[in-house]
Parts: sequence; C-alpha cells; structure tokens
Amino acid sequence: MITISNVSKWYGKVQVLDKCTAEVAKGEVVVVCGPSGSGKSTLIKCVNGLEPFEEGTITVDGISVGDPKTKLPKLRARIGMVFQHFELFPHLSIIRNLSLAQIKVLGRDPKTATEKGMKLLERVGLSAHADKYPGQLSGGQQQRVAIARALAMDPIAMLFDEPTSALDPEMINEVLDVMVALAKDGMTMIVVTHEMGFARKVANRVVFMDKGEIVEDAATADFFGKPRSERAQMFLSKILQH
Amino acid sequence: MFSNIDWNVIIRSLPYLFFDGMRFTIMLTLMATAGGIVIGTLLALARLSNIPGLSHVAGAYVNLIRSMPLVLVIFWFFFLVPYIGQWLTGAERPIQVGAFLSALVTFTLFEAAYFCEIMRAGIQSIPRGQVQAAQALGMPYWTAMAEIILPQAFRNMVPVLLTQTIILFQDTSLVYVISVTDFLGAASKVAQRDGRLVEMYLFAAIVYFLISLAASYGVRRLQHRIAIIR
Repeated sequence: MITISNVSKWYGKVQVLDKCTAEVAKGEVVVVCGPSGSGKSTLIKCVNGLEPFEEGTITVDGISVGDPKTKLPKLRARIGMVFQHFELFPHLSIIRNLSLAQIKVLGRDPKTATEKGMKLLERVGLSAHADKYPGQLSGGQQQRVAIARALAMDPIAMLFDEPTSALDPEMINEVLDVMVALAKDGMTMIVVTHEMGFARKVANRVVFMDKGEIVEDAATADFFGKPRSERAQMFLSKILQH
Repeated sequence: MFSNIDWNVIIRSLPYLFFDGMRFTIMLTLMATAGGIVIGTLLALARLSNIPGLSHVAGAYVNLIRSMPLVLVIFWFFFLVPYIGQWLTGAERPIQVGAFLSALVTFTLFEAAYFCEIMRAGIQSIPRGQVQAAQALGMPYWTAMAEIILPQAFRNMVPVLLTQTIILFQDTSLVYVISVTDFLGAASKVAQRDGRLVEMYLFAAIVYFLISLAASYGVRRLQHRIAIIR
C-alpha cells in the first residue's frame, strides 16, 4: 500500500535521508526505530508530503506523493497522522477538533460529523470530555483525542510520529493500548517509536534507521532475536538493558 | 486666566462636537480598523508566503508606509487619490472623492502596514506543528489559515491590535490638515469662533483621555475573556 523507494533528502548540504527503501502492505504494522537524528520522523513526514524530498519516489495506494500534479491535500485526507506533541487545535472544543476536518475537507454535514466524532471519542474512552478544550486534558488524553481525530477521516493508513515521547510515563500505556487495539483491527500503521514492548507485541516488521539510512528491515522476531547489523545490535543493547 | 472661564460654551456646542465631530472620528476609526485588519492580514500572509516576489512586494509596501510620517501620507492621498481614480477609470477629469473617503482610504492603507506586522508576529507565534496538523488532515492552505492559524493568531494579538486602534483613534485628529471636521476639528472651530481656546482644548483633551482610558480598560477585560485555555 505504501512504497518508499530510493528516497533521499537534503537540508541544504546536509543529507538527512539516504536512499531509503521500504514497503508497507495493507494491514501491516511497521515500527521505525533508531537513534535520535537518524531521520525517522523526516521519513514518516515524507509519506504524506509534509516534508518534501529531492530524490526517489513514494506512492500511497498507487498515488505518487512527490509528483507535482498530485493534489496533496486530497491524499493527506486519506492518511491519518499523529504527532509527538499532539497538535490538537487549542481554540476548538474536543468534539470540534474531531468534526472540523470531516466537515471542511470531506464535506460531511455537521450532524454526521459530530456523531462520528462522538463514536470515536467513546472508542478512546473520552466521550465525557467532548465539550472541554484541549488545554483541560492530560497529555495522554490529548494524544488519544488526536488519534480519534485522525480516525474520524476514515484513513486508509495511519502514521505515528513518536506518539508517546512527550508523555509522562504513567500516561504512555493508555495511548499504547489504543494503538494496540487499532493494530488488531487491521489498520495499516507506520509507527516511529522507542517503545520496544509495543513493537514486540504488534509490529509485523521493524525498520531500523541510522544516519538517514535504513540499516535493517526485518520481521519483528528476527529483529529482536538476532539483528544482523552491528549498529542495530548496539542500539538494542542500549535501550533494552533496563 | 481661569477667572473668566465660560464652561457654558461646551454645553452649547455639545451637539456639534459629538454629532458632527465625534461621529466622524469614531466612524473613521472603526472603518479604518476593520479595513486595516483585513488588508493587513492579507499583507501578512503575503509576507510569509513562499511565492517568489510576493513577500518582497508586500514587505516593500509595509516598510515604505512605516517609514513615512502619517501627515505626509494624508496629504499625498488627498491630492493623489483623485488622479489615481482618473487613471483607473479613464475619466477625463480627476475624480473628486470627498474628504471622508480620502481620509478613510488613507488611514486604512496606512494602518494596514502596522496591522500587517502585528498579524505577522501573531501568525509566527503559532507552533509549526499546528500547520502540519491542519495539512495532515487534508486542509488546503486557505482552510488551514481560516480555521486554524488565523483564529489563534488573532486571539493572541487582540490586545496589540486594539492598542493600535486606540493609537489610530488619536491619530485621526490629523485629518485637520485636509480641513475635515473630526472631534478635535469641531472643538477647534468653536474655540476660534468664540475665542474660548482654553475651555475647548481642555475639554477635548479630557474626552480623548477618558475614551482612550475606557478603551484600554476594555481591552484588558476582553483579553481575559477570550484567552485560549492552555
């Protein structure tokens, strides 16, 4: 469903992505991990065109992201994205956060959009907070709302950009639970995360990146069992020793 | 000096001062503010856009206007607007637009430069992630601006915008240079006619002071009421 082939990207003279190639099939959950600054977030943002890239191609459901003729807003509306810092709209109520894009982008009527939003809030266990504002919710709650907001657009795939990195430790699990449930429902997901427990539990594959390169792309069991590359071994030994 | 003060002159001229003078001042202030914020916001979007040339044109306009004294711009427009009108419509003679329209155009275009800088700061104060979140939901540029970025930028900047409006309210008195009767102009006319300079200028000062004070108090209250919960 998502094909990334030979994607390279530069910030000025600094190369941040180096010939990245990967594929994500429908219903697959792929975890992208690696040291900070390795280009994970940049790569995932290239998938829905939030970041432009200079070389290579990315196609989502057969549509080329880098093609200047592609209507990016249309494509983005079909790909859900969850950000590290939630990025709920602070001036809108929770339910309005969920319904706005449905109304303005998909053209749903406000009643349908609100109903859909309420249903999704229920799914993430937050229907009691519909009329509150993002600032009144905890980080974990905000991130669950953000996931619900992305789901409200009926996406064909979901991108998660370090969804738990900005959360207090006691809130990480409530967000991961929602993501696990989503994965079990068969959602196609690319997840940039350091949560190796989550990766073990639901990922089909793990992609390991370092210095803008995809160093390793392996089935989850293989990755944790016997990573082939030295860099992945080192990374794992550092984050798994606790 | 205060022995032969005649406060009655104020009472007698109240209808003229307020119905003629103050009405003009307030109308000019409100209309120029509304127009200035709309044009200023568009200028700010132009300054921040990455369309080649557009940001330079907008930036040049803003810097030009902001580097000129307001009185000069008022003069300029008063004498130029008829010719610009003639040029635009292809009429045979310069088009007389009247002092009010001329003043309105001047103040709107002048204030737009200041409102542009305020809105630009406001837009830049919104985290980049908000734009990305709006884009990721499939919103095109104008939807993202209208629904997500500008409402937040506007709220953050309301105190500064209204403070600028209070300054504009005081600056409108400069229309005396094109012989328009605003509040100060009306007071001035009565003062000259009746030889009551002290009374009228004192009264005008008090009215400007009270209105500006009340407005800035209102700004502070409003600021608390519309603050975004964070």
